[in-house]
Amino acid sequence: MTQRYVGQAMKRKEDPRLVSGTSTYVDDVVLPGMLHMAVTRSIHAHARIKRVDTSKAQKLPGVVAVVTGEEVAAHCGPIPCAASLPNMKNAQQPLLAMGKVRFVGEPIAAVVAESKYIARDAADMIEIDYEPLPAVTNPEKALDPNSPRLYEEFSDNIGFNFAFESGNTEEAFKNADVIVKERFINQRLAPVAMEPRGVVATYQMPDNELVVWNSTQQPHGLRTLLAGMVHVPENRVRVIAPEVGGGFGSKIDLYAEDGLACYLAKKTGRPVKWIEGRRENMAVTIHGRDQIDDVELALKKDGTILGMRVKAIADLGAFYSLFTPMIPTLTGLLAPGCYKVPALKFDQVGVLTNKMATDAYRGAGRPEATYLIERIMDVAAQKLQMDPAEIRRKNFPKPNEFPFQTSGGVIYDSANYEAALDLALQKADYKGLRKKQAELRQQGKYMGIGLSSYVEICAMGPSSALPGGGWEAGTVRIERTGTVTLLTGASPHGQGQETSFAQIVADEFGIEPDDVVTIHGDTARVAAGIGTFGSRGTAVGGTAIYLAAQDLKEKMKKIAAHLLESKPDKIEFGIGKLMVKGDPGRSMSFNDVVTVAYNAVKLPPGLEPGMEATRFFEPSNFTFPFGTHVCVVEIDEETGEPKLTKYVAVDDCGNVINPLLVEGQVHGGLVQGIGQALHEEVVYDENGQLLTGSLMDYALPRAHDFPEFELDRTVTPSPVNPLGIKGVGEAGTIGSTPAVVNAVVDALAPFGVTHIDMPIRSEKVWRVLKGAERKGGSPQPERKVAS
Amino acid sequence: MHVKITINGKLYEKDVEPRLLLTHFIRDVAGLTGTHIGCETSICGACTVLANGLAVKSCTMFAVQADGADLVTIEGMAKDGQLHPLQEGFWEEHGLQCGYCTPGMIMCSHQLLSRNATPDEEEIREALAGNLCRCTGYQNIVKAVQSASRKLQRAPKVAAGD
Repeated sequence: MTQRYVGQAMKRKEDPRLVSGTSTYVDDVVLPGMLHMAVTRSIHAHARIKRVDTSKAQKLPGVVAVVTGEEVAAHCGPIPCAASLPNMKNAQQPLLAMGKVRFVGEPIAAVVAESKYIARDAADMIEIDYEPLPAVTNPEKALDPNSPRLYEEFSDNIGFNFAFESGNTEEAFKNADVIVKERFINQRLAPVAMEPRGVVATYQMPDNELVVWNSTQQPHGLRTLLAGMVHVPENRVRVIAPEVGGGFGSKIDLYAEDGLACYLAKKTGRPVKWIEGRRENMAVTIHGRDQIDDVELALKKDGTILGMRVKAIADLGAFYSLFTPMIPTLTGLLAPGCYKVPALKFDQVGVLTNKMATDAYRGAGRPEATYLIERIMDVAAQKLQMDPAEIRRKNFPKPNEFPFQTSGGVIYDSANYEAALDLALQKADYKGLRKKQAELRQQGKYMGIGLSSYVEICAMGPSSALPGGGWEAGTVRIERTGTVTLLTGASPHGQGQETSFAQIVADEFGIEPDDVVTIHGDTARVAAGIGTFGSRGTAVGGTAIYLAAQDLKEKMKKIAAHLLESKPDKIEFGIGKLMVKGDPGRSMSFNDVVTVAYNAVKLPPGLEPGMEATRFFEPSNFTFPFGTHVCVVEIDEETGEPKLTKYVAVDDCGNVINPLLVEGQVHGGLVQGIGQALHEEVVYDENGQLLTGSLMDYALPRAHDFPEFELDRTVTPSPVNPLGIKGVGEAGTIGSTPAVVNAVVDALAPFGVTHIDMPIRSEKVWRVLKGAERKGGSPQPERKVAS
Repeated sequence: MHVKITINGKLYEKDVEPRLLLTHFIRDVAGLTGTHIGCETSICGACTVLANGLAVKSCTMFAVQADGADLVTIEGMAKDGQLHPLQEGFWEEHGLQCGYCTPGMIMCSHQLLSRNATPDEEEIREALAGNLCRCTGYQNIVKAVQSASRKLQRAPKVAAGD
C-alpha cells in the first residue's frame, strides 16, 4: 500500500452540494399530500392536567387530526431509555402527557393540518386546564424529602445512585500534607445544532411500511427503537438521515415528536412533517451537563496526589431520555484525568427535577470530569504555590506505564502527556507569558494564564460499555466498472467521513478518492450500524471499512495470483494495479481483476464471484485522546470582560486521516467549550419557567469572541484499532473549558479569588474588581469564591 | 395579498397570506431550499439572503414586505456551473462542517465584501457576528472570506446575481 491520501488535508467531497444550497435536509423533503404537525406544550413546570379541550382546534378548516395522551399511549410505547443502572428508577415519559406534566414544553397534544400555519394556529387553540403544583428545579432542593415529588409512585426524586471506591481514600486523606476542596458547578447547556430536529414520516397501509426521514445521528438505532415504539416490524421501517445539520449528541435520542409523526402518518394515511422551531429546540431537545461536584484532593507537600473524593449531584431533568442516567456516570470513569490518583471515591446521585431531560451533549460526562480535576489541580497548585505546569507534570503516568489502569476503572490505551504539555508550553511561550503577567500586574493590569491537560474517552464501544452495542458495520463494494461504494453505519453530520473514508480506501486499493463514494444514513441502503457519537465515526466506523477493504484485497490477490500464476501472498497492490512482488512487470490492472470477479469465468476454483465485503468492528477498549491547552485572558478593567487573547491547543488524537477535518473538529470543540466557560447557560427560574427560551436569551459564541486559535498535535497511535486512530470529535470541548476558567482565576488571583463559577460573564469579574475598589483599590488577600 | 418577488433573476408571483414569512416564500413557494431557518428571531443568520443587494434575515421579514424586491439566494451564487469565489473559499478553507449555516454565512460575507473588498480578520469577525455557526469555531470561515477576498481582487467582476 502506498500512502498517497491518508494524512493529506484533502478538501471535502461533501462540500459542493452544501455550498451551493442543493443538499437535502429533512425540512427540504416534500411529499405529495404531506401534512404538517404542530405540538401543544405545557406552560407549567409541574401541574395536573384537569382537562384538554381540542374542540376548537378540530373545527378549524384545514385541520385533519388532533390527538391527546390516552389515544397515543394506546398505540405507541413511551420514550425509550437504553441506559440501565442498578437500583435505577424508571422515569418513563409517554409521547403525550397524561394526567400530569413535569416540565415546561412537555407535549400534551398534537395536530396535523394542511399547512404549517394552520397546524400552529390549531395547536394554539387547544385549551388546557391545569392545576399547578409546586415545582423543584434546584437538584439539591429536590433531594430534600419535603420537596415536591415529580413521580408520586416513587418515594423520592432520586433517579439513581452510583458510587465506587478504588484504593483506600481514608488512608490517603489521613496521610495527606495538604487537602484542598472546592465545589465545581457544570451549568446546564443547550446543544443548539444549527438545524433544529425534524421528521417526515410516511406510512403505506398495504405493506405496513413506515419510511421516516429524521435528523438523527443514529438512523439504525432509531429504526429499531421506532419500530418498537409505533408497533411496526423493524424490517418494515426505513429510516433516512438525509443531510443532518449538526447534532452534538442531541440527535441520538428518540423524541416524542418522532413517534407522534409516525403515529399520525399511520392514523391519517398521509405523510406527516414536523420541524422543530428554535424555541421548541431550547425547551424540549435534551440539555447537557448540569452537575455539581464537591471535590477534595489529598496531596503530599511536593504536589504528589494521594487521593481524591468526589460527591456529585447530576440533574437529570424530569424524565429519562435515551442515555440520561448513563451520561453522568462517565464523569466517575474519567475523574482522575491524566494523573496518577491512587485512591478515588466517587459518590454520585442523579436527581429528577422539573426541567427538560439532560443527556449526551458534546463530551457527555467527560467535560464535567475534566473540569473538576483540572480545576482542583489549579486550586492545589495555588495552595502549594507550585507552578500549574509542574504539579501536572509531577503526577502524569509515564509513557512506558501504558496501558494504564486508572482508579476510575478504565484502562488508558496509550499516551505521552508530558510531550503534549511541553509542546503546548513551548508554543505558547509559557515562560514569556509568566514574565509578561508579572509586568502587567505591576501596572495594575490583570492577565491570566490557564492550563488544562486533559484525557478523554473516545471511540465508543466497546459493546460491553454501550447499551445497544459499540461496534460499527462497514461494507466495501467494488462495482463492475471499478468504482467503489462504501456503506457505513456511522452517520456523519458534518464530520466529513465521506472524504476521510474515501482517503482510507483509496490508499488501500491504490485508486483515487474521486472513485470512492460513501453512502450513509439510510437503513435501506446500509444494512446495519450504530451511528456517529462518542467520537467513534472514524475510529470505529472507519476501521470497519478498513477491515472490509482488507477482505477484498485478499480476494483480489487470490484472483490476481491465479491469473498471474503466482501465489496470493506474493501479490501486492500498486497504483491502479496488482503485481507480483519483485516482478512488477507481471501485473493486472485493478479494473481487470474486478472484471474477472464479476464475469466469474476465470475465477480460481472455489472462489465466489462478486466484490463485496462487510465487516463489523468491535473495539477491544475505548481510546483515550489527550492534550494540553493554554489559554490567556486579559481582564477589561472597565467592564470586567475576560478577553481571550491567546489560545494554544495541542491535541493528540492518534493517527490522522485528514488534518483539515481534525483541525475543524478542534476549532469547533474549542468554541463550544469556551462558550460554556464564558457565555452559555440554560436558566430556569424557581418555578421551572425557562428563561433562556430562544437564541435572544441563550448566549451562543459568535465569531468576534475569539482570537485565532493556535493548533498543534503530538501523535501517539492507539493500539485499540488497526488505523491507530483515537478520535477527535469532543476533545476541543473537553479540554478547553477548564483552561479558560483557570486563566480567569489566575488573572484574579491577586484579588484572592480561588474559584469563579461558569459562565464567567463580565459582570462576575466586574464585581470582583469593584469589590476590591471599595476595599481601597488593592487586591484582597483572603480566600474568595466569586459567584 | 398578491406579491411579485424576483429571486435569482426569476419572477415569482403568488397570492399569499399577509403573515407568510419571506423565508417560507423562498423555500415553499419558490422551492429554493438552500435558504435555511435556524432561529426565527434574526439571531442566527441561517436564513440570510440579499434583498436589493442588502443582506437581510428572511425569517423576520414578511413576503409582502419583499413585494417587488430583487432577491439573491445561495442558489443564485454559482454561475454556469462555476462556484462563486465565496463558495470556493468555504470549500477550500474547510469553512463548513454540517453546512446548515453556510448559505447564510456566504450571503452575509458577500455583503461584507461588497462594502469592504479587503477586510482584515477583525472586520470579518465583526461582520459575521450576526451569523451563528456551531461547528467550525469560525476560524476557517474567516479564512474562507479572506480567500474569496483575494480571488475577487484578482477578478473583481464576479458578484452575486451578475
